[in-house]
Amino acid sequence: MKQWFLHLGLLLLSMSVVNAETVFVTLEKDNALAIVDPIKGELLKTVTIGQRPRGIILSADNKHLFVATSDDDTIKIIDSETLKEVGELPSGEDPETFALSPTGDRLYVSNEDDNLVTVIDVVAKKVIKLIKVGVEPEGIAVSPDNNWAVSASETTNMIHWINTKTLEIVENTLVDPRPRAAHFTADSQQLWVTSEIAGTLMILDVATKKIIKNISLAIQGVSRDKILPVGVVIDKQGRYGYVAMGSANRVAVINAKTFEVEKFLLVGQRVWNLAFSPDQKRLYTTNGMSNDMSIIDLASHKVTKSIGVGRFPWGIVAKP
Amino acid sequence: MKKNTQILITLSLVFTLSLANNVLAKPKQLIKIAYITQEQAVPAALSNLDVFIQNKGMVGAELAIEDNNTTGQFTAQHYQLVKVVVPLSCHTQQWFIEDIAEDINFVVVNLPSPKLKIIADLPQAQNKLLFDVATRDDDLRGEQCRDNVLHLQPSRAMRADALAQFMLKKRWKKWFLVTGMDKNDRLFSKAIKRSAKKFGLNIMAKKSWEHTYDARRTAQSDVPVFTQEVDDYDVLVVADEKGLFGEYLDYRTWKPRPVMGTQGLVATSWHETHEQWGAVQMQNRFKEVAGRLMEEEDYAAYLAVRAIGEASVRTKSNQLFPIKDYLLGDQFALQGYKGKPLSFRAWNGQLRQPILLAAPRSLVTVAPIEGFLHKTTELDTLGFDLPESTCGRK
Repeated sequence: MKQWFLHLGLLLLSMSVVNAETVFVTLEKDNALAIVDPIKGELLKTVTIGQRPRGIILSADNKHLFVATSDDDTIKIIDSETLKEVGELPSGEDPETFALSPTGDRLYVSNEDDNLVTVIDVVAKKVIKLIKVGVEPEGIAVSPDNNWAVSASETTNMIHWINTKTLEIVENTLVDPRPRAAHFTADSQQLWVTSEIAGTLMILDVATKKIIKNISLAIQGVSRDKILPVGVVIDKQGRYGYVAMGSANRVAVINAKTFEVEKFLLVGQRVWNLAFSPDQKRLYTTNGMSNDMSIIDLASHKVTKSIGVGRFPWGIVAKP
Repeated sequence: MKKNTQILITLSLVFTLSLANNVLAKPKQLIKIAYITQEQAVPAALSNLDVFIQNKGMVGAELAIEDNNTTGQFTAQHYQLVKVVVPLSCHTQQWFIEDIAEDINFVVVNLPSPKLKIIADLPQAQNKLLFDVATRDDDLRGEQCRDNVLHLQPSRAMRADALAQFMLKKRWKKWFLVTGMDKNDRLFSKAIKRSAKKFGLNIMAKKSWEHTYDARRTAQSDVPVFTQEVDDYDVLVVADEKGLFGEYLDYRTWKPRPVMGTQGLVATSWHETHEQWGAVQMQNRFKEVAGRLMEEEDYAAYLAVRAIGEASVRTKSNQLFPIKDYLLGDQFALQGYKGKPLSFRAWNGQLRQPILLAAPRSLVTVAPIEGFLHKTTELDTLGFDLPESTCGRK
């Protein structure tokens, strides 16, 4: 009887985990998922999930998490309430990053080792198409108007523009070396792309597919070699964009109107990926080498907290 | 005639899937790259652990050609690797003249220094760019440098500086230097002495390992005796490039001291334990095509062919000078899975790169070590910097 109450208690506890805002972090070296309460600033628990989990996103209805467990060569579907695995998607080999169409029905997956983008029908759990792209595709994004999927290939140094109707590449933009991440503005007019090796942020015009602005992310007092931009996000209002600066251990704050770099916020070591809170009042970062995440208050642009999460935090997503 | 049958021409698959129509319509620009090496006699086995690898370097070039062609499908460029493997008894320069000289601008050379020098000085090589993927010699980057050669492997000076930076950080400032009898051992020893001076470290004692006994059988008793008389040192630095005795030093010294140099903690451009900055992808892709681990020569050849790919894409050219100028210019930044952009030192053609400091089963650190500053790039704290360069390169 006592045990039954204990189980009930644990059940209630695990339910309360997912009632408030919840942040999920993939831990590449722990083969696990960390669940964090960002309001309290606490690591709630860690669950084993599969080998080398990296990319993570939330389904359109927030009910499921998609997690790329790279060394299992699959994308796992996890119930975002119970944290139980409810299915798998045929991702192809070594999935790392992926993007969901705004309608929530299609997943575009980078297969880094095979130079492919795999397009998956999420409902049918079937591969619709394999698209050959450049060497080591990594960053991937779908425009909010659902017209474009873009894939950034790290060694080819290109953005491949995939027409989402035909699933064909219709144009390629040569960008700075080792493009890592790509993100569309909410109005689908611009694509922001980071170059890890050149240490730049490029703003591409979606209509012409050309680079309209190339922003150097140099930081005074930090050697150019350490400026390694990775993740990039832009707020819905189009006021600010944020870039995770890798080994420079900072997040760059970029004015999305003037393209001025306004600030660099010191976070943890090798900051990699970024996610907004659902209300976009906070920004969360994964810091790969210091095994923690940072919380940035976006009204003040200040880092308010770091939370230890586990070994090699990689991907991050927040659920309301 | 036989020779021609031995020249293997790799034509990678031309992918047509998912190609934009406008790209398909254009004729492709052909970029030919030669790879020249010579067969090697299998050396006497020093250890049963390391299998002799005949094709070191070649697989790296092949993988890079594939990568270049994957990119080329979007830029209407095609890369062809012309492989020239010179038999043991033949003259490499003859094969260079007959098979490469006519119409290939870019040549990856995987040959020891004397042969590289002969080829680089041929009249037929003057309008070519050679990519040296084998040598570590400091003189080839210094007074012996050639205007038509780029060096992909770190020089001995760069390797010794990497070790010295780490030792300085650890405050292991007193060294006991043990040098083998080979010419290259003496060159590495010279580089170690230079680094010690450069970073203010002390070489307390120097000894030569003379191979007067069978090391495998007697190491247990001979190494303690050999190291016993040197009293005050922090680290034993070994210069044994062929690996004839260096492996027997660790755990057998009279005093408990770590070993570094050519064995123990080594300074290398690539290592099986390296997995940061996307290196794990490279390691996996390489293992899949080669069925073995990636070696330094493979990494160097990979970078050489990728550098040509990168420069030809950016310049839209297959000609020598636009590509050479681009490679030696400020714009060039090659991704090499080591977290920093790689580029060439215009003053001596040496590839700037981070150097891995690795123990057999663990990557210990990556040089340049934090705190060693430089006004342009910290990578130039390793090896011969511009002010001290003796290369009269234009």
